[in-house]
Amino acid sequence: MSNKIQAKEPLIVVENMKKYYPIKGGIIPHVTGYIKAVDGVSFTIHEGETLGLVGESGCGKSTLGRQLVGLEKPEEGCIRYAGRELTGMSEKELRKVRTELQMVFQDSHSSLNPRKHIYEILAQPMLYHHIATKATIQRELERLLDMVGLPKSVLERYPHEFSGGQRQRIGIAKALSLKPRLLICDEPVSALDVSIQAQILNLLRELQQELHLTCLFIGHDLGAVNYVSDRIAVMYSGKIVEVAPAKQLFQNPTHPYTKTLCNAVPVLQIGSGKPETLL
Amino acid sequence: MSHILEVKGLTTAFTGDYGTDITVDHVDFYVDRGEVVCIVGESGCGKSVTSLSIMGLLNRGGAVIDGSVLFDGKNLLGLTEKELDEIRGNRMTMIFQDPLTSLNPVFTIGSQITESIRIHQKLEKEESRKRAIQILQKVGMPDAEAAMKKYPHTLSGGMRQRAMIAMALSCQPALIIADEPTTALDVTIQAQIMKQLQELQKELGMAMILITHDIGLVARMADRVYVMYAGQMIEHAQVKDLFLAPKHPYTKALLATVPGIYDSPERKLASITGVVPEKYDTIQGCRFADRCPYMKEKCLTYEDNEILENGHEVRCCRVGEWEAS
Repeated sequence: MSNKIQAKEPLIVVENMKKYYPIKGGIIPHVTGYIKAVDGVSFTIHEGETLGLVGESGCGKSTLGRQLVGLEKPEEGCIRYAGRELTGMSEKELRKVRTELQMVFQDSHSSLNPRKHIYEILAQPMLYHHIATKATIQRELERLLDMVGLPKSVLERYPHEFSGGQRQRIGIAKALSLKPRLLICDEPVSALDVSIQAQILNLLRELQQELHLTCLFIGHDLGAVNYVSDRIAVMYSGKIVEVAPAKQLFQNPTHPYTKTLCNAVPVLQIGSGKPETLL
Repeated sequence: MSHILEVKGLTTAFTGDYGTDITVDHVDFYVDRGEVVCIVGESGCGKSVTSLSIMGLLNRGGAVIDGSVLFDGKNLLGLTEKELDEIRGNRMTMIFQDPLTSLNPVFTIGSQITESIRIHQKLEKEESRKRAIQILQKVGMPDAEAAMKKYPHTLSGGMRQRAMIAMALSCQPALIIADEPTTALDVTIQAQIMKQLQELQKELGMAMILITHDIGLVARMADRVYVMYAGQMIEHAQVKDLFLAPKHPYTKALLATVPGIYDSPERKLASITGVVPEKYDTIQGCRFADRCPYMKEKCLTYEDNEILENGHEVRCCRVGEWEAS
């Protein structure tokens, strides 16, 4: 996998990114302090690479993901995407670039519009951004559904008619519909059962290889993150404390927090790494 | 010695406008004194309903329609609410997944723990307060005395769950049922709390039923494991036997779907095709058959449990046969 990481300019460069949320208090509400959700984070993702981002809840990993697609404005710092500065762009330019940056959310129930058919959910953005025309849309949609392993009968149904795993497949199809170069997956499997989780993880890994996608995979389940990532970044209270290739990170964690994290994970694989913690 | 809890043929049904659904179907299991038994399964397989049936906490149209629950030799299903209250919360307690909704928001942690001690142990106010502080210290609550005066919403998730555990342990129960106690928590907090719970369980000699979908946690905590699927117990074994030689195709698949942190990059996760059936009481024969890669015709009529050596039970008619194919 290391041959993917090349010396040329990375697809995404994040430098010294910050996001502070004000805390209001007092009798006359005023700002009494700040929550430093993201506090001076820098990292890069190369073309075709998957970066895993782990950390405990509230450490700022979701905020970071949302900043990358422009759902949150950073306080400070810059994001360079394919050599262009995202932070200083106008809304109009941003809208164009954003088709290349897509996100898969944790909760597929609230991220799909309950009043629209799957057809509308998937087709509208493609028509708007001229990815497909009225003539080709049906074929494009079928190709998309085929990619995520859904039958084409789903098109005339509503989001609530599907199980969690199927809805997440639709969420992935929606993210892929605009042919993105960077896919940000924010805890895409944490709401799913283990057997379904494996299906989605396998799907994501296949799609990465097939479409040569660049990914940021946010999660708190270290096993799942390890499964899809080339490199993993560990985040702790708004800062990235360690970045290493997936294998190396868990075999030789250097930061104390990473060590705690590794020891906290229950291990069950027989004959791997740490047999003494089994049983 | 007799079992502390013995459940025989427990069947629970929910009745609604649409008809009746049997969610837990003739479930048999037992728990011995001082041991940790895990019930593992995916969501919707009936593991929580099983625990609620035992505790007599079913609501919204749910009722036990068959079977018996023997706690220390006494059938809990025949008791009145009042008689049940003497056991429930005292000798048999429960820890829920979400401590924020199971703690009362308008009372302090202290008053909720002392209330339970005063009612069940019939202790004086001052004495029960001391007991409550003691138990809070035991579960690792920093500054227990100050925590007594706090309201649930001012505590973090991990601290709230500790308060919940303290309340469950306050009367030194013989059996504690923990229903997904750490699912809502971070791995590091989960590790701390499970370690503490395990130590206390050993120290106080309690039996524990741990209900979870986290297979890693099962490996760490359990003495014996029951695997549940679609309302039935499909496999029961000592934890070692289950992990080293699962006898049911579902158990084997379940173990293979968990990604680990020491996996090699070449490992491909096995996935079970299809989904857990939503309505499963009408399925004929083996309920896993439509997702099972080893399915044969006889699976469609099969109902019984096979018993192998060492108490290893499995509900599969092709046991010993499917591994080879």
